[in-house]
Amino acid sequence: MDYIPSIGLEVHVQLRTRSKLFCGCGTRYGAEPNSQVCPVCLGYPGTLPVVNREAVRLTVVTGLMVGSEISPYSKFDRKSYFYPDMPKNFQISQYDRPLCLGGAVAIDVEGASRPIPLKRIHLEEDTAKNTHFEGFSGVDFNRAGVPLMEIVSEPEMHSPEEAFAFLQALKEILLYAGVSDCNLEQGNVRCDVNCSVRPAGSKALGVKTEIKNRNTFREVLHALRHEIARQVGVLEAGGAVGQETLRWDVAAGVTVGMRSKEYAHDYRYFPEPDLLPVALPRAWVEDWRAALPEPPRARRARLAREYGLPEYDAGVLTADPRSADFFEAAARLSPNPKAVSNWIMTEMQRLLAERSLAPSDARITPRALADLVALVDGGTLGSTGAREVFAVLFAEGGDPARIVAERGMAQVSDAGEMGALADRVIAENEAAAADYRKGKQAALQRLVGQVMRLSGGRANPRVVAGLLRERLK
Amino acid sequence: MTSEEGRGADAAAIDVAYVARLARIDLTPEEQARFQRQLDEVVAYVRKIREPDTSGIEPTAHAVAVRNVFRDDAPRPGLDRGEVMANAPAVVQGLFRVPQIVE
Ligand SMILES: [Zn+2]
Repeated sequence: MDYIPSIGLEVHVQLRTRSKLFCGCGTRYGAEPNSQVCPVCLGYPGTLPVVNREAVRLTVVTGLMVGSEISPYSKFDRKSYFYPDMPKNFQISQYDRPLCLGGAVAIDVEGASRPIPLKRIHLEEDTAKNTHFEGFSGVDFNRAGVPLMEIVSEPEMHSPEEAFAFLQALKEILLYAGVSDCNLEQGNVRCDVNCSVRPAGSKALGVKTEIKNRNTFREVLHALRHEIARQVGVLEAGGAVGQETLRWDVAAGVTVGMRSKEYAHDYRYFPEPDLLPVALPRAWVEDWRAALPEPPRARRARLAREYGLPEYDAGVLTADPRSADFFEAAARLSPNPKAVSNWIMTEMQRLLAERSLAPSDARITPRALADLVALVDGGTLGSTGAREVFAVLFAEGGDPARIVAERGMAQVSDAGEMGALADRVIAENEAAAADYRKGKQAALQRLVGQVMRLSGGRANPRVVAGLLRERLK
Repeated sequence: MTSEEGRGADAAAIDVAYVARLARIDLTPEEQARFQRQLDEVVAYVRKIREPDTSGIEPTAHAVAVRNVFRDDAPRPGLDRGEVMANAPAVVQGLFRVPQIVE
């Protein structure tokens, strides 16, 4: 029998603010444990939270990017639970009046585009970070109170690949909107996944299980593949899927029940009495809407159209808005946007990845890349030399023409000097010359290679080939 | 009013045994009975708030008619680490040491 999975995601995104959600403590990652804390985020009695305006703005901007309705009236609620990472014994979250309602994230799977509808987007505080030791645990409250935006999708993804595509599309939107750094290694994006399967033809959704707290999109993909197969196996064997909370064991590649969820939970939501409701002035929301960036999908289409790029290039360049910005800045200065794109997609991305750098860390300017493309197109630089110059520009910056001059890297196209070398090579390689005269094209390449070698790599191979052809007519 | 009447008449009464379980607090049967009695009295007192007729009044999430109180996103120094950790029952590598947390 065929089974249809239904997958919903709850994505927790750390917002890019300088201070926490309800107090002025810093949010810098990697600080000494318990060094960015105060009585508010440590949950001391008698302290009062005050909402960070920027966190509200970033949440609403996200909502606007995905077409949510921005609630005219929103409030915060207490979610009660007892766990060592939550010092107040409740988390301030939003229950029935989130900041954003509805909206959708479009995904592309197997060439077709489909909007995945969202339920809501709300704002809450993050919990502390636990470290586990043999027999005990340790708690660092630096992360407690950091603003966390939760994006909840409808359960309308039907394969692990769709869930993966959703996360990628969402990440692009978040990067474009500048609302989060989306640094997965630093846990900026964490994901709870719920999933059920039902026999094809059946309308009602099956019993769902929840997989908690995945940090990488690959983990979501693998956990879902495993969990769907597991549920189908249970149903095929005539069993019933139990509603439970699971965690994904990365090493073993299996989902296992979470022991902490065996305890009773009763969140007892109620309005947070220490915070006032939020009723955003319309003018604020309209100002934020007016300042929205071009969405990634629109930009992809525009790059392909405006610069005549293949879809593939446009997709690679727009995956990170900073790469797309760099491309556009350079392409506007160059008559050869495709060459600009090639440099960014290959050399630049390779060097950035090797050194774990962000596009803004490279020293090369858009002007320098455009000039480098011009030097290659004009025949001054060959491909090997151009890569060398690019590496210098990447690491040190500067002007490509000057680098070429200083290092004597310009290709020699001078017909006199090259002609002499061509004569010498023909004289020394009579067999190859004879082969070419008999019509063997490959023999010419051997001769070009010899001239290149004698010139120390500085000869322009196109010019050399022309000179040789002339002499071998 | 006795505590028994108070509980019977009010679905919002506090079930001490249940709340203690949620809060991971071990109570002796005597403590449970005592807290139940005391909390029932508190609830019975607070229930006075149900007496006024509120039909036709829009519910509110807050008693103060003020909205949109925000602060700027400006970080400022928190507490000194020595001061923070002075309150920890035990410390391990700069962390609050707690009983093993299960996942
Ligand atoms: Zn704080």
